[in-house]
Amino acid sequence: MVKIADYTGKPAVDNVRTAIARAKEIDDYHALLSLTEARALERAEMVDNGELTGRLAGVPFVVKDNFLAYGAPTTAASVFLESFDAPLQATAVERLEAEGAICIGKANLDAFAHGGSTENSAFGPTKNAHDKERVAGGSSGGSAVVTALDVVPFALGTDTGGSIRQPASFNGVVGVKPTYGTVSRYGVVAMASSTDTIGCFASNAADAELVMDVMSGQDPNDMTTLPSFFAPTDVLKPQKIGVIKEFMTDDVDIDVKACVNDYLKRLKADGHMVEEVSLPILKYALAMYYIIVPAEISSNLARYDGIRYGRRAQAATLDEVYGKSRDEGFVQENKRRILIGSYVLSSGFFDAYYLQAQKARTLLVDAFDKLFAEYNALIGPVSPTPAFGLGENTADPVKMYLADTMTVPASLAGLPAISVPAGLTKTGMPVGVQLIGQRRQDAMLLALARSCEEESH
Amino acid sequence: MTTAISRDDVLHLAKLSQLQLEDNEVAPLQAELGSILEYVQLLSELDTSGVEPTYQVTDRENVSRDDIVVPHPVRRPELFARAPAHTQDQIKVPKVL
Repeated sequence: MVKIADYTGKPAVDNVRTAIARAKEIDDYHALLSLTEARALERAEMVDNGELTGRLAGVPFVVKDNFLAYGAPTTAASVFLESFDAPLQATAVERLEAEGAICIGKANLDAFAHGGSTENSAFGPTKNAHDKERVAGGSSGGSAVVTALDVVPFALGTDTGGSIRQPASFNGVVGVKPTYGTVSRYGVVAMASSTDTIGCFASNAADAELVMDVMSGQDPNDMTTLPSFFAPTDVLKPQKIGVIKEFMTDDVDIDVKACVNDYLKRLKADGHMVEEVSLPILKYALAMYYIIVPAEISSNLARYDGIRYGRRAQAATLDEVYGKSRDEGFVQENKRRILIGSYVLSSGFFDAYYLQAQKARTLLVDAFDKLFAEYNALIGPVSPTPAFGLGENTADPVKMYLADTMTVPASLAGLPAISVPAGLTKTGMPVGVQLIGQRRQDAMLLALARSCEEESH
Repeated sequence: MTTAISRDDVLHLAKLSQLQLEDNEVAPLQAELGSILEYVQLLSELDTSGVEPTYQVTDRENVSRDDIVVPHPVRRPELFARAPAHTQDQIKVPKVL
């Protein structure tokens, strides 16, 4: 796969033309919703003229289409925002551009990032980079596929409950979900504010580290960002790593487990100490997630009212403007989550659902903290299965949600977690291993992944 | 907790959520919401007595900035231009009263 170093020091206009040509070549995967060709070429000329310099000068990249960015509409893969022209750019995009990187297009996603397969896009699903009959994963499916198919060396995504890690695993690339608050969310379409994070896809851990280094840091426009802490590092000492027992049960695909076990062997060969740990509270994490996140979604998506921006339905009264604009602008999964959110926040149900979930979340956070007092990292699969078939889970929302079982715990606790390619199934589908760290240990996780991929095992 | 959810419940939630559902959307949503609520009911078996809720996972609280006016880079005309219906400095909506 292509690397950032394949692009630096080369004519930026050539880099952009190559990326655009490759994007058009793989059009049948439906990974991109738009290309920002004119603006990209303009910026490439600035790089080539020496007007624009930096650590990523002339390096093309793609953003998930829920990042506000110039040069094409920001749709969030929804009818509602189909022609929304961003009046400003996301801080993450601005930081990459300040280092000379060039955005060449916007990637497909589940509408408003609600989903785990990119099948909820209002504009049609993205196909898996390794098998067009299977899903790309989601919600950042398009970003994972353009990285896996060498359109660009890196792409941006958002991860609220696994939306970077799971498609990274399904398509065989590195995916980084940072500690909550690492990267500014200013200018990114909000989903669930207590777990939304911004991260990236790359072909290798070193490139992901560079991209995170550029994007991370406190932003006065996002009051939830942490004081800057991300600093690339190396793993010099043996680490103590806990294998999550609840993620390695008989319910998990046998090839997935085999890939994880292979990765454990590599860690042990490098001198790391690997032992089994148990987190019984994980049984409840998915139920917590599908209460807390819909509650936050129902609040965050109240802003889409058809009044100030986006699409307004034909209607005679103000109530109808709201009601019809929202009915026509949202996909089925958006509506499910909004309605569930309204339910769990209603008086009469609030204590039993929402409050209970937030209390359970405390138990989850405490259980992780207790383990991290003893272990440097936890490990397990990213998903219980490799990429599933297109249409396989769409009829049953609960079955679709179960695919998130292993990714939502880190999200609820605000922990950094990365997905690293760990091999292929017998039928050739990629499998990712998930490394989870204590808050602010993002750079250590990436260094661990880097050390594991560098050596010839 | 009972999770059986009626057609009227769905319509009530839709009203709370400002969603004007088409008739043919209600039955599938009733079934789907029912199965989701049934799944998350798993949490009721967890003993959380005496546990404080966690609403956010940073240690940050009440982050404030200096009270200095900073002009926003996006100006009013650019915002009005994005409204589905507008005059020069007002957003148009159907008659309210």
